[in-house]
Amino acid sequence: MNFAGKVRVLLWKEVKSELRTKEMLSAMLVFALLVAVSFGFALEIAKDEVAKVLPGVIWVTLAFAGILGLNRSFVSERQNDCIYGLMLCPVDRSAIYVAKTLMNLMLMAVVELIAIPMFFIMFNYPLPANLGLLILVLFLGTYAFMVIGTFLSALAASTRISEILLPILMIPLIVPVLICAVQVTGGVFSGDLSGVSLYLKLLVTFGAIYSGLPFILFDYLLEV
Amino acid sequence: MIVAKGLTKQIGSKRILKGIDLEVAAGEFVTCFGPNGAGKSTTLKILALLSKASSGQLFIDGMDVSKHGDVLRKKVGVISHNTFLYDNLSARENLVFYGKMYEVQDLNKRVEKLLEDVGLTYAANDTVRTFSRGMQQRLAIARSLVHNPPILLMDEPYTGLDEMAKGILNSVLQQLSQSKHTVFLITHDFDQGLEQSDQTVVLVGGRIVHRCDPKGIGREDFRHLYLKLVEGA
Amino acid sequence: MAQNRENPGWDRLLAWLTFFSVLAALYLSLVYAPTEKTMGDVQRIFYFHVASAWIGMFAFFVVFVASIAYLAGKDARWDIYAYTSAELGVIFTTIVLVTGPIWAKPIWHTWWSWDPRLTTTLIMWFLYLAYGKIRSSLGEEEKRARLAAVFGIISFVDVPIVFMSIRWWKTLHPAPVVGGSTGFALAGGMIPAFFVSLFAFTLLYIFLMRRSVRIERMSAEIRAIKENL
Repeated sequence: MNFAGKVRVLLWKEVKSELRTKEMLSAMLVFALLVAVSFGFALEIAKDEVAKVLPGVIWVTLAFAGILGLNRSFVSERQNDCIYGLMLCPVDRSAIYVAKTLMNLMLMAVVELIAIPMFFIMFNYPLPANLGLLILVLFLGTYAFMVIGTFLSALAASTRISEILLPILMIPLIVPVLICAVQVTGGVFSGDLSGVSLYLKLLVTFGAIYSGLPFILFDYLLEV
Repeated sequence: MIVAKGLTKQIGSKRILKGIDLEVAAGEFVTCFGPNGAGKSTTLKILALLSKASSGQLFIDGMDVSKHGDVLRKKVGVISHNTFLYDNLSARENLVFYGKMYEVQDLNKRVEKLLEDVGLTYAANDTVRTFSRGMQQRLAIARSLVHNPPILLMDEPYTGLDEMAKGILNSVLQQLSQSKHTVFLITHDFDQGLEQSDQTVVLVGGRIVHRCDPKGIGREDFRHLYLKLVEGA
Repeated sequence: MAQNRENPGWDRLLAWLTFFSVLAALYLSLVYAPTEKTMGDVQRIFYFHVASAWIGMFAFFVVFVASIAYLAGKDARWDIYAYTSAELGVIFTTIVLVTGPIWAKPIWHTWWSWDPRLTTTLIMWFLYLAYGKIRSSLGEEEKRARLAAVFGIISFVDVPIVFMSIRWWKTLHPAPVVGGSTGFALAGGMIPAFFVSLFAFTLLYIFLMRRSVRIERMSAEIRAIKENL
């Protein structure tokens, strides 16, 4: 069986196990909705100001919901030392990373599918005309911060204080991703797309670097 | 089957293994005793290809482990005091998952057979979370055998076992040694260790300080010898 | 054992050299260098500010190189270099982040601006604080060294991209009133003050590096002795 086949088996395991408890998904979803509600309450603002605030609110919410999920991402591997069980198998260790990343991306997709419309409802803001671009930036931004996030959650999971450590490690690394994503999203909302292509390119660059580095370094995380 | 030459392991400034030479013939049953921190688990991790030795050579089935990792991983099964089982998957799902990872042929039949062997057919669809410690350990035995490995490595497998699991483990071991499986067992338990073994090694301070054929040595004599070895080191 | 490896003569020389060059830097930048016409005396902070920024950056570069070297050969010496340099890098970068606003307040009329250089420095500072946090959360030497090295590599690779991304972000926006041109030509008397400061900070870095590396090494030796007891 090749690499992709092994990744598929690993992903099947992740999905099965998450579907049974829905532990991560429910936590991320409830968190994202709570934030939408809180901001909706706290920022009772005029519609023309919403366009300035909403992109930032959306991305910060997604980032923190992501961190919340990532905190649990490697917990199942630590229980019963499953990670050793995986490392005994004839499989490239980076396949473990790829499967986890795919799983986390799928979870984020579900969260975004539900939470993003909620933001538009809570802030009473019309859907932007350029939906395709909005979906593109959601994908690129989420991809960039989840690939590095999954890697860092594996790193944090091998320490005593993983849940405190992960945000500290992750936020400085994803701040530039968030900046770019917010800029593009702002452009989508305001209809002014003049600077957007540069940020999209930057997001692609971040995505490439943040998925390339883990590939080189993941083996070192799992050494025994 | 297993040939180790001068294996050492250095972790940080600690030298865990200081040159392990070991030769295990196919079908042989080797038991390894030693005090805590002697390097038993480290040795096992190296034999299981989980960890790389800092220096020395290791051949399994005549092949160098540094070159043929993925082929050799399929030849090795590990039972440890940790089960490596996913709590949120059912017993069957756990076995199917590991079976697919090892690319086992005719997997469903193999899984059903193993579930029957460890007496868990009735609970096959329950999640492992709901299992007792003994049931989990039985499933862990099945898990380690899912790819039918010719070599079985065991790290304190008796820890936390109930009587039934102990019985199953013993009968599994007996079957394995009859069917020419190679077994490397780490244990503290003289009762379990000595009975079946062809070769016994004592590991103290990262070195093998004693090896013998335990047949014909009484348990009390061996205990006496062991304590002397541990204190003398 | 520790004494045999070190050469106390060199260290003493280095210590005195550092001491005198710091004195010289102080004299040159606070007394000798002419007062800048428009900014006044507050401009003198520039000599220490820029020197710390360079050394901070250099220290993180050392972390990066030492991290790669550690992962390549698992030699604990490199881990000590990486760790010590990260600590010093955080200290020098803290100096940068403190002196910057002191200068900026009277000149820009604001403590802080989200300028690419400032933002990058701040993110970098957070990254190396996080690096320290990884280390303090792990007990086992080998694992601590390994995980920290992984993060040390990622952090440094990140710094230039962060800088570029924020520069693009900023240049697309109308330039803020405060973020305008910050460059000024160095007048004659300022040049020696600047380079001597840079030299003094470099010596200080090397001196502190050698000191802390020796302390770390000794404590590693003590740990090793304890373990073998």
